[in-house]
Amino acid sequence: MNILVCMKQILDPEVPARDFRIDPVRKEAERGSANLVANIFCENALETALQFRDRSGGGRITVLSYGPAGAEDLLRKALAMKADAAALVVEENAGNPDPLHVARVLAAAVRKLGAFDLILTGREAGDWGAGQTGGLLAEELGLPCISFADSFEAAGATLRVRRQTEAGWEIVEAETPVVVTITNDEHNVPRIPKVRDVMMAHRQPLTQWSVAELEVASQDYYEVVELRIPQKESRCELVSGDTLEQKVDALARKLVEVTAAI
Amino acid sequence: MSDIIIIVFGSTEDRSAQGLAGAAKGLAESVRVLVVDDYQPEGTLTALADASRGAKVILLANDTYSQEVAPRLAHRLGGTAVGDGTDVQWVDGKIRVTRQVYGGKAQAVIELRRNPAVVWLRARSFAPAAIGDVERIAPATNTRTRIVERTNVAQTEARLEDARVIVSGGRGIGGPEGFRDELEPLANLLGAQMAASRAACDAGWVPPTWQVGQTGKKVAPDLYLAIAITGASQHMAGISEAKTIAAINIDPDAPIFKHSRFGIVEDYRKVVPLLRRKLEELAK
Repeated sequence: MNILVCMKQILDPEVPARDFRIDPVRKEAERGSANLVANIFCENALETALQFRDRSGGGRITVLSYGPAGAEDLLRKALAMKADAAALVVEENAGNPDPLHVARVLAAAVRKLGAFDLILTGREAGDWGAGQTGGLLAEELGLPCISFADSFEAAGATLRVRRQTEAGWEIVEAETPVVVTITNDEHNVPRIPKVRDVMMAHRQPLTQWSVAELEVASQDYYEVVELRIPQKESRCELVSGDTLEQKVDALARKLVEVTAAI
Repeated sequence: MSDIIIIVFGSTEDRSAQGLAGAAKGLAESVRVLVVDDYQPEGTLTALADASRGAKVILLANDTYSQEVAPRLAHRLGGTAVGDGTDVQWVDGKIRVTRQVYGGKAQAVIELRRNPAVVWLRARSFAPAAIGDVERIAPATNTRTRIVERTNVAQTEARLEDARVIVSGGRGIGGPEGFRDELEPLANLLGAQMAASRAACDAGWVPPTWQVGQTGKKVAPDLYLAIAITGASQHMAGISEAKTIAAINIDPDAPIFKHSRFGIVEDYRKVVPLLRRKLEELAK
């Protein structure tokens, strides 16, 4: 099975709220001293693909990203985790491109890379969280799409995908080729690459194109007209009392007061 | 013929379906309601695209199927999709949607540039409205994907998104025993549903269906009792529509207290057993 995993580099979502700033003109987060990291769901997707390859004893995994030249770091890490090949579409200062543009760039790169049986994306990114890349990429490529999957297995040309729903899970069967978006569960926590593999990954070839080379026509999709940090007043009343018993008593009374009003 | 469509997966009696109707009412006088039967990823998408041609605005809720369908439906109809909206309105003939970004640390207003505007909403945040006539949508024939098994592991009949009171635990609970022996009896006393932070779900202590947060369920209860939950912005993104948040946490500097109306700084293991006793006494 020939698998492509699309990955995105984002501003570290663990940056605490007190250090988080926005640039009101560019309508984006300021980088500040924050790290750039792989979007966790993209790493979950890669891990799911790696486990599938380990289980089935064959197959090839290519990782693809669209972003600034520095996004090479994320692909090198993916190679260290034992992806087989990597490709990067470079665009500096792309800012926050709309999801349709991202899907078109990825689709153009997919056509250059060749045929895949399975294309994985993360369910959404930890920065803008649009949650559209997988679905729009499927439409651009004329493929079916299954969302919120946490694992899959192959039976001939049929892929059996397990995906999460609000009530539990479903098994969806799909003919390949297909696009699948991946969410997290306890089984697809990304592995930590070995030091030796990290060093070797730096010597592996990495395909690069500029976004201009892909000749993707830009389209009006949506525009961010405002970005703001919501102001919240801190007015938490900590229950008082001399003993734990008194404090918990006060807490119980407050809870009863609130629930009685419902 | 109305320009506005709402798409309902499930029952029109659900709070989220009625929230959609409420949101639509704010945009137009009359609304078409499409109710999907036997959801199938490709077949339903084809049927919905056929049924909604010509619409200016299409509203959906934020369940799995809605999120799966919305971007692709927008693409098929030449429109624009935006998701997880908490507000939607017309501004100068264009739809604008307010949504949280950066894990709830910021809020963006997004203008949709193409029609139809396909928007999935935190439907429970909108005042409910009644749903009248509906059109039923059956999936078109498509063999490329097929749902072959549906497993329901939900704790109760009621959906977490519709819960009035939620008791939720985080990493600090320390294991499945704390959820089972401490939080669950407390939830029963409060008539609450149980939920958890991502850390607790990822650890396998509780089912992933309990997860509340940016990447879990977006809930809007009247009371959200957060126990041993730090309150990272990713978690807060799932509870921003809660009316009252209360916290039990051992760490006085935990961000959860910044969002809570009241709380107690103590180890939950000491607080919860005592709290249950107090609640039982007060109930008498």
